[in-house]
Amino acid sequence: MSNLPAELRYTKSHEWVRQEADGTLTVGITDHAQDLLGDMVYVELPEVGREVQAGQECAVVESVKAASDVYSPVGGEVVAVNDAVSDGPETVNKDPYGAGWMMRIKPANTAEWEALLDAQAYQALVDSEAH
Amino acid sequence: MGNKTPLYDMHVAAGAKLVDFGGWDMPINYGSQLEEHHQVRRDAGMFDVSHMTIVDLRGGRVREFLHRLVANNIDKLKLAGGALYTCMLNERAGVIDDLIVYYCDPHWYRLVVNAATRDKDLAWITRHAAEFEVEVRERHDLAMIAVQGPQARDKTHAALGDTVRAATALQKPFTFVVVGDLCIARTGYTGEDGYELMLPAARAVEVWRKLLDAGVQPAGLGARDTLRLEAGMNLYGTDMDEDMTPLDAGLAWTVGWEPAGRDFIGRAALEAQRERGDAARFVGLVLLDKGVLRNHLPVFAGERRIGEITSGSFSPTLGRAIALARVQGDVGDVCQVEVRGKKIDARVVKPPFVRKGQSCID
Repeated sequence: MSNLPAELRYTKSHEWVRQEADGTLTVGITDHAQDLLGDMVYVELPEVGREVQAGQECAVVESVKAASDVYSPVGGEVVAVNDAVSDGPETVNKDPYGAGWMMRIKPANTAEWEALLDAQAYQALVDSEAH
Repeated sequence: MGNKTPLYDMHVAAGAKLVDFGGWDMPINYGSQLEEHHQVRRDAGMFDVSHMTIVDLRGGRVREFLHRLVANNIDKLKLAGGALYTCMLNERAGVIDDLIVYYCDPHWYRLVVNAATRDKDLAWITRHAAEFEVEVRERHDLAMIAVQGPQARDKTHAALGDTVRAATALQKPFTFVVVGDLCIARTGYTGEDGYELMLPAARAVEVWRKLLDAGVQPAGLGARDTLRLEAGMNLYGTDMDEDMTPLDAGLAWTVGWEPAGRDFIGRAALEAQRERGDAARFVGLVLLDKGVLRNHLPVFAGERRIGEITSGSFSPTLGRAIALARVQGDVGDVCQVEVRGKKIDARVVKPPFVRKGQSCID
């Protein structure tokens, strides 16, 4: 079973989202996603200040095996990116929910956060994809 | 459910991630492809390659048959115990498969061909063997383990004992020795020294365990692919296929043109292509910026599309993306590869990229 912190929200495209005290949302890819992709060798992050739509491609992670787009879970503005994962893509494998975070978004509204999957619903999605 | 090698249970027990490969359930990695790659470059790793097809050819006219069947000239093997890399061509000089020929004795040669092409290879070989009265026998009873890396031979000796150590003491690359029921070939697909062991399937688990105990780490097909790419070795089905000739795939060196009278299958078409001089160029690319090269990405010289990548990946040893590419015409020293709509400069090099742990491109 993959590791799924209960305080996070999730997307069908395997991103996780954490709501910070200031209302911004931190985004990364799930443990399940990094495990499927395998050893990361390249991460391309968006520019700070970019406006993104919910479901829009906003970053790319590449493992030895494959490239995968990362989709913005919500609409809003990218207010920070984690340059440490560009410099050390393996961080995404080692600590997907911590040091492997990818970007922070200031959401345009709160409704999209509310609509994200909770850990249980995401687990059900992962289980259904395994069969 | 796919076919399982005799080592399947060992892979499952080691926590391998299994994938379908040519109809076989094979380990893609045992946790980290990158670590397995580095393990082979720096120390010793082993691959279960029992899915590969071993075929024994026997008969009084077996040499005559191989003169016809394969593009390289088996007469380069002067002594029993030699091994030769070659392509097997169709009449259009397209590559049916690449393989290694092992010279066992004047009436017995062994071929090791790819797993994914087994059925068509056996059909083709059998069809052409008839006229030479050569017996074709697939060796389902054998397993195959590749032990590769700078410490591979020492660790294999430690695992398998003094008899093996003594028997291999004077063994040259691309030769094999037989010790009891073990055939030890000093060959591989990684650009490192090492062995490919052919042994009775019933002994595979025992030998795998001994190698583990001697400190040889298992490595999956993922690492095998990045290792062979760094070594500039072609992969069948990706770098060449039945619509490509050896000249289109950087394999001109494997064609035994001499003597001119040896009528191997595909010779006429291959000679015609050589005279036309229109074969593609097969080159190595090293990406000059961040990113990863992938199979089928288009290659440009400025605005002009000149070809495509046949095998691309990230080179763990060099820490940057590398590829083999097929291009037409003059390519120069730097070309561009289109990665997700963006053209990125790549340096054109002559493969290999890495041999025996060292970069060959700087």
